[in-house]
Amino acid sequence: MAFLELTGIRKEFAGGVVAVEAFDLAAERGEFVSFLGPSGCGKTTTLRMIAGFEAPTAGTITIDGRDVTGVAPNRRHVGMVFQSYALFPNLTVADNIAFGLKIRGDSGTEVKSRVGELLRLIHLEDRGDRYPYQLSGGQQQRVALARALAIEPTVLLLDEPLSALDAKIRVALRHEIRQIQRQLGITTVYVTHDQEEALELSDRIVVMSEGRIEQIGTPFEIYNFPATAFVASFVGTLNAVEARVVEPAAGRLTLSGHAILTSSALEGTAGEAVMVALRPEMITLDGIDGQPKEGANRVLATVTDVAFLGSVVRVSTTIGDGMAIHVDTFNNPNLAVPAAGQPVNLSFPPEAVLVLARDAVIQEEDVLAAAEAML
Amino acid sequence: MSGPAIGVRAPEAIGTIGESAKRRRRPRRGGAWWAWLVFIVGATYFIVPLIATLEFSLRPEPPTRAYANVLADPRFFGSLGYSFIIGVITIVLSLLIIVPTAYWVRLRLPNLRPVVEFVTLLPFVMPPVILVFGLIRVYSRPPLLFTATDIGSSALLVAAYTVLSFPYMYRAVDVGLAAMDVRVLTEAAQSLGANWFRILWSIIFPNLRTAALSGAFLTLAIVVGEFTIAAFLARPAFGPYLSLLGRDKIYEPAAVSLISFGLTWLAMILIAVVGRGGRTRVEVGGAR
Repeated sequence: MAFLELTGIRKEFAGGVVAVEAFDLAAERGEFVSFLGPSGCGKTTTLRMIAGFEAPTAGTITIDGRDVTGVAPNRRHVGMVFQSYALFPNLTVADNIAFGLKIRGDSGTEVKSRVGELLRLIHLEDRGDRYPYQLSGGQQQRVALARALAIEPTVLLLDEPLSALDAKIRVALRHEIRQIQRQLGITTVYVTHDQEEALELSDRIVVMSEGRIEQIGTPFEIYNFPATAFVASFVGTLNAVEARVVEPAAGRLTLSGHAILTSSALEGTAGEAVMVALRPEMITLDGIDGQPKEGANRVLATVTDVAFLGSVVRVSTTIGDGMAIHVDTFNNPNLAVPAAGQPVNLSFPPEAVLVLARDAVIQEEDVLAAAEAML
Repeated sequence: MSGPAIGVRAPEAIGTIGESAKRRRRPRRGGAWWAWLVFIVGATYFIVPLIATLEFSLRPEPPTRAYANVLADPRFFGSLGYSFIIGVITIVLSLLIIVPTAYWVRLRLPNLRPVVEFVTLLPFVMPPVILVFGLIRVYSRPPLLFTATDIGSSALLVAAYTVLSFPYMYRAVDVGLAAMDVRVLTEAAQSLGANWFRILWSIIFPNLRTAALSGAFLTLAIVVGEFTIAAFLARPAFGPYLSLLGRDKIYEPAAVSLISFGLTWLAMILIAVVGRGGRTRVEVGGAR
């Protein structure tokens, strides 16, 4: 039996709004699981059900073999870190960390020793007597993490803990969170809409959309082998284009009139339309950032725009009847950046062609949600 | 089309924007002048009656005679002390009723907020004389014979004053609750193992200190000056004493008003100091 198990979880709010449906998850002890999805996909509601702040309409939640579905939040022994830190403004940093320990009935010496230990863990040894308003946002969130860890919870829940911080602190703090989690070996559930955060931190990612699980997998699986169109569009940048099956057994397709190959046989019949996903970083511009490898697919395109994104240059092109394909190439001073209107040959290996599920249709709102999440 | 192209700003328009920005940076002398005028008018409205009362109280010979008479009267300190005690009990009772109610309404029953607000406003539309007659009718016969004893009558007085304090106390507490994220603080405390009592006692009450103090000031001021309910319940409170004094003496009521004014302010300062625990550090934190 897994350490944290959610079985058949459903949450329906008053008015018939279904926030979460058919949610099943089994997380092992010490695992770092992220819930990833756009706003309103049900990830925070699921986290709140694990914490006990929301009661599931159906399904069960067990932690370490104990059914906690109907247990009050203050009896679940689950630590929670909130997006808005939720530090108690009337208490010092040390008192905030000691709060749960005092409730637990630890002696004064034990509390003092544990608080000192946690202050060292979060590198705020000299800030114990400060009040929350005297700390920066990053420091406040570290205190919130220490406070949640103080009671040695069975499961640590983090609800978008880095969303309110600026980019540099966010990156630094997520390394710190991961390091602390590994050090303590605590089972962790992390809610985020930031794919980069989820990919970097997690052992496994649960991608959610409209209250349902789209895919559960390791970051590698989620990124490289998206199970649905939504996952493909939400995780990473992607070119989602329509192609037609030519010879399913041989994995042959046509993409806007160009014959292309996939690395495996296709389902479906000849002439059938399928959605194909191409990661921009898997495409090369012949003669500009490399030479085509043997067996690579080649498609003639016209450059429409070039954007510098720091370490990456994004070249936007169109093929055939105006189908847009974006290409990401690493920036370097010797890169001969093509001009708008210039014809280029795009090359990509057969294994870069991801044929999405046959019924997959990338909805405009999925793409918008992905874009929103990237902002 | 003859209009200017979008995104192109005419040089004169740029000049206008620059000028208006400069104007914004300049000190607003006109505004400051009006602010001072309003302040002076307000201060005059507040201070002139006090000066007039002081001048009137100093007319006898010797000028301190009215004050000496008042301070020599044991009923003055007795009634004022009684009113202060009733005031403090009222504040405590009012806080014990209002804080959990306002907290629960904000946390779990937000739809009921307008109803609760309306109920707390009822003392404004119901005159104290109606309230006290209602209390006397209900609590002057068995089995609820409260008016037969001093303690019973004082309890009725506290109950009536608690009702009178509702509009001020509820609003003060509600504003205090609005300034903090009640739900998240509650959930954070719950996740650390706190029960409802612990959450209210350790988190909500301390963070409402400033709001509760402002409600307490208003309650104390109302209780110390209230006449109708105390008189009908035959309580030795300060309001009836002041009224009695005004009927029998000339200069002493003015002296009493000023002394009680000073003592009420002193009491408020004491409440503030005690309520803050000698600290001024309670602030609602946030992201920086």
